Amino acid sequence: MSIAWYLAVSAIVFSLGVVGVITRRNPLVVLLCLELMLNGANLALVAFSRMWGNGDGQILALIVMTVAACEVCIGLGMIVAIHRRRLPIDVDELRELQG
Amino acid sequence: MSAVLFFIAGFGAIAGATGVVVLRDPFFSVLALVGHLISLAILFLLLRAEFVAAVQVVVYAGAVMVLYVFVVAYVGDQSESLQARLRGAAGNGLGGHGSIGSDLRLGGVILGGALLVELLIALLGTGLGAINSKGAGYNPGRVGTESFGTAAYIGNLLLTRFLLAFEAASFLLLIAAVGAVVLAGRRGGLDNEEGASGRAGRERILDLPRPQGTGTMAEGVGGPRR
Repeated sequence: MSIAWYLAVSAIVFSLGVVGVITRRNPLVVLLCLELMLNGANLALVAFSRMWGNGDGQILALIVMTVAACEVCIGLGMIVAIHRRRLPIDVDELRELQG
Repeated sequence: MSAVLFFIAGFGAIAGATGVVVLRDPFFSVLALVGHLISLAILFLLLRAEFVAAVQVVVYAGAVMVLYVFVVAYVGDQSESLQARLRGAAGNGLGGHGSIGSDLRLGGVILGGALLVELLIALLGTGLGAINSKGAGYNPGRVGTESFGTAAYIGNLLLTRFLLAFEAASFLLLIAAVGAVVLAGRRGGLDNEEGASGRAGRERILDLPRPQGTGTMAEGVGGPRR
């Protein structure tokens, strides 16, 4: 298969992640959809790495995985803190910073 | 063979992503994401990125998803349906609030579709000629040099050219771990609740009636008789 097919799959996965981040209200699912977006970017990075025969894209994909793990760590910690304060687990209800 | 495997894995990846977005229950969303990640690892293998595929399965589908499952089990999934029901009742009563939410949702779907169309246009109209090739030359299993994508190749790159990024990533992980403990930790509650009850329980155990003629270790070293 040529590289363009992999990039098409990557674009579809990224767009699905965008739709999920915008439409879902549960912050857990929003975090999952962020993972989808990062994975779409990862697939494109690895595909370009294969295209040029150069390992830099794979290294960047590994760094993206690290950043995603950190983001999940902090996000889940925030969800646990929200749950412990008996606040609603809903991104539409948690609008206190918005004023 | 590789084309068949690509279509199976690509379909699995897209179906898993759709499941994450569409499914109501967050637990099923997590399971769909696990399927998506495993399909993506197969795609990475097809792209000769075997180390990245292994990390994807071990770190993502193993560790991170277990974290998600634990938090979903801790928080529970009753919140979404309850909130949706409350919101539906309020929307029926007030008449405007619910429609704003559904408008936003429709706008989100339209935005995602537009983004997909734009990305595909960029893909079809690209000037990169190599995008229609199968990739650069690849000769597996050469003795003496690391072949592309193996653990030795990635490790060599990480510890020579990308050493700074590697160290920065390790610092980032440390900061994230400390931040998660600070965010989700129990603030000052440990001493007040469990510490006090533990001390009370210990006193209660010491106050149990003791058989006559026996002593305690505290008395053996000259402590007070209890």
